[in-house]
Amino acid sequence: MELDPLLLSRIQFAFVVSFHAIFPVFTIGLAAYIAVLEALYYRTDNPVWEKLSKFWTKVFALVFGMGVVSGIVMAFQFGTNWSTFSYSSANFLGPILSYEVVTAFFLEATFLGVLLFGRDKVPRGAHLFSACMVALGTFISSFWILSANSWMHTPAGVEFNDGIIQVTSWTQAIFNSSLPYRFAHMALASFITGGFVVAGVSAWYLLKERNPETSRKALKMSIVMLAIATPLQLVVGDLHGLNTFEEQPIKVAAMEGHWETQEGAPLILFAIPDSRNETNHLEIAIPKLGSLILTHSLDGEVTGLTSVPAEDRPPVGIVFWSFRIMVGIGLIFIVISLASAWQLWRGKLEASPRLLKALTWMIPLPFVAVLAGWFVTEVGRQPWLIQDMMRLSEGITPSITGGMVLVTLIGYIAVYAVVFAAGLYYLRRVILAGPDPVEDASSDESARPKRPWSAVSSGLEDEAAKARS
Amino acid sequence: MELIDLTLIWIVIIGIGVFMYVLMDGFDLGVGILFPFAPDDRARDEMMQSVAPVWDGNETWLILGGAGLLAAFPMVYAVFLPALYIGVFLLLAGLIFRGVAFEFRFKSGSESRHWWDRSFFGGSTVAAFAQGAVAGTYIQGFEVEGFSYVGGPLDWLTPFTLMTGLGVVAGYALLGITWTILKTEGSTRDWAYRIAPKLLAAVMAFFVIVSIWTPLASEHVRERWFDHVTALWIFPLLTVLTAAWIFNKLRKRSDAAPFIGSMTLFALFYIGLLISMWPYAVPPEHTFWDAASDPGSQLFLLLGVLFLIPIILGYTAWTYWVFRGKVNADEGYAGH
Repeated sequence: MELDPLLLSRIQFAFVVSFHAIFPVFTIGLAAYIAVLEALYYRTDNPVWEKLSKFWTKVFALVFGMGVVSGIVMAFQFGTNWSTFSYSSANFLGPILSYEVVTAFFLEATFLGVLLFGRDKVPRGAHLFSACMVALGTFISSFWILSANSWMHTPAGVEFNDGIIQVTSWTQAIFNSSLPYRFAHMALASFITGGFVVAGVSAWYLLKERNPETSRKALKMSIVMLAIATPLQLVVGDLHGLNTFEEQPIKVAAMEGHWETQEGAPLILFAIPDSRNETNHLEIAIPKLGSLILTHSLDGEVTGLTSVPAEDRPPVGIVFWSFRIMVGIGLIFIVISLASAWQLWRGKLEASPRLLKALTWMIPLPFVAVLAGWFVTEVGRQPWLIQDMMRLSEGITPSITGGMVLVTLIGYIAVYAVVFAAGLYYLRRVILAGPDPVEDASSDESARPKRPWSAVSSGLEDEAAKARS
Repeated sequence: MELIDLTLIWIVIIGIGVFMYVLMDGFDLGVGILFPFAPDDRARDEMMQSVAPVWDGNETWLILGGAGLLAAFPMVYAVFLPALYIGVFLLLAGLIFRGVAFEFRFKSGSESRHWWDRSFFGGSTVAAFAQGAVAGTYIQGFEVEGFSYVGGPLDWLTPFTLMTGLGVVAGYALLGITWTILKTEGSTRDWAYRIAPKLLAAVMAFFVIVSIWTPLASEHVRERWFDHVTALWIFPLLTVLTAAWIFNKLRKRSDAAPFIGSMTLFALFYIGLLISMWPYAVPPEHTFWDAASDPGSQLFLLLGVLFLIPIILGYTAWTYWVFRGKVNADEGYAGH
């Protein structure tokens, strides 16, 4: 059997991107949170903020480490598997990705060293500054990468000459029409992800009656933020959808499960799309609501999938279902955040074990939602690599063979499985160990000999080993 | 654009960027290569702590090299990466394993730490070897039609690239051991002083082999060194003198001079390589000017880079200043 390098390269790229995406979406939000904690500590001198910041910095360092190494892979994957695409679009993508490196990556990587290891070596103001630079770096990075990605969805400011893209307007190309929505959607997703992880872990500590002083503060902060961010995300997501409806109507048709172009389209809640027969099975729909949402008119015209030939349509099932998973999780988030905020306002959040439990269950969901969202937008662009300009099949490396891609795909899966398993294991240990108790804070710390964290945790593991034997 | 040759400016920028990477990640990869040979766990702790705050920034120069090539010389990017497909995978896998080892090693107990020691060593060695093989492949040349690589997946793997790969492993180990001398005290430094002369001898042996082999492997290189300007021979001469100087300083147990000397050696190797290959970006046919991107794109990025690189160098220098001096095995991870 002949191995298809195109299909395998797509699987490889999807795998690597999906694996990578879950790290930055968490670290962007968490970096901002750590910067806030450091600022609070700087201003109030309250050791609670320092303990919280130290704890979440440990988590951050683990996750950021995995994000960095998987991100390096991305920078080279364009060249190894999609060299024709890279060569064609280099005049735009090259400078954009380079700007990401010089404005963001260096900032993150360099100041992270000071944030992690410099607490006792630099003045407190410089340490706070480093925390802010790491947070700023993660943000700038997401701006550039989303600019590049958005441009592939809504290309602008360029001309295609002899198979090479030339930039005619940098502002139009960088600030292309879908960038503002995509950036806002992603930034909010990052805050929501970081927020639910902090809230979930803090709620879990409270349920276990551990670290109450730090956990109470962390929970309160994250709930207030989530109660604002989650409903806002619904609004931003809707605006993003309207932009997509204008720019990539076929993607929206796949998201909504609309086969025929129609006026007064329904909102389909549930269906099993059938690409072969160009229809839906077991459809549950609300009449006219689809048109109302997308065109703000009950009889507005909504483009259907059959308006383009079958080879120009994305795989409908993946897009349709990923979209429902993302929206469904988003709605759960709104309910949980608002309920928690309500209980918090009444001063009863800590006495609501069911809500606290629900919050701990939320921890994995933002990651699922983010991946589902990526599937919607990326699979929804198929078969285009650059919308209406270059197909996936035109972008692949000419010398590549199915065997090579398969070997490296298996290699990446193996490497990432090891890294991810170990990372989760150490994350679990850091979280089980929890923040340092506040009691032995500032006053006697300088008097004690400094113990490396490794020494503390090896004690834990050695005890566990003894208990097992 | 006739007044300023943007492509030439970009050759200089990318050239400096790649060299920054080789020097900076070179010594922290070297520390990883040396890991199994360190006398004890305390030495390993000290060695890792000496690079923990800075390795991430060092490695970013590699990403800049990759992204910069795509921006300024897309053809180099689009030919090198497919040609080195398997090698690139090995490089990335190596960098992944050594990168996570920094975090995981210090969070693991005595039970599992040796796994991350191995991961740090293996990853660093494979990454260094892959980089040496990339340099060897560049000298060797590529099978290209139009703007695309058309050779096989393992064409890069030849006795010559195996040798350049091992040469870079030895070279990075030399950077790593002289860095260790600079950053440690006591038994760790004593050990480093014992190992360093042997590594220097190994590196010079590779230098001699490469110097003989390269002109044999590439007609272009042979012509450059034997038919043209004889003034070029100053570079091998300087290399030998630098090596002798390092030997001398190692014998006198000077802490900083061997590291400075090793960096100078790398600079001389690097200049020698550039002289040999000039002006070919994708040998044996395409020059840097053939491989260049649109002048508008080169200019757009140049404006930002000229402004930002000094800032990056500034804060990088600051962090090296913050973490100056000898490391202490008990100190580094207190706040983390």
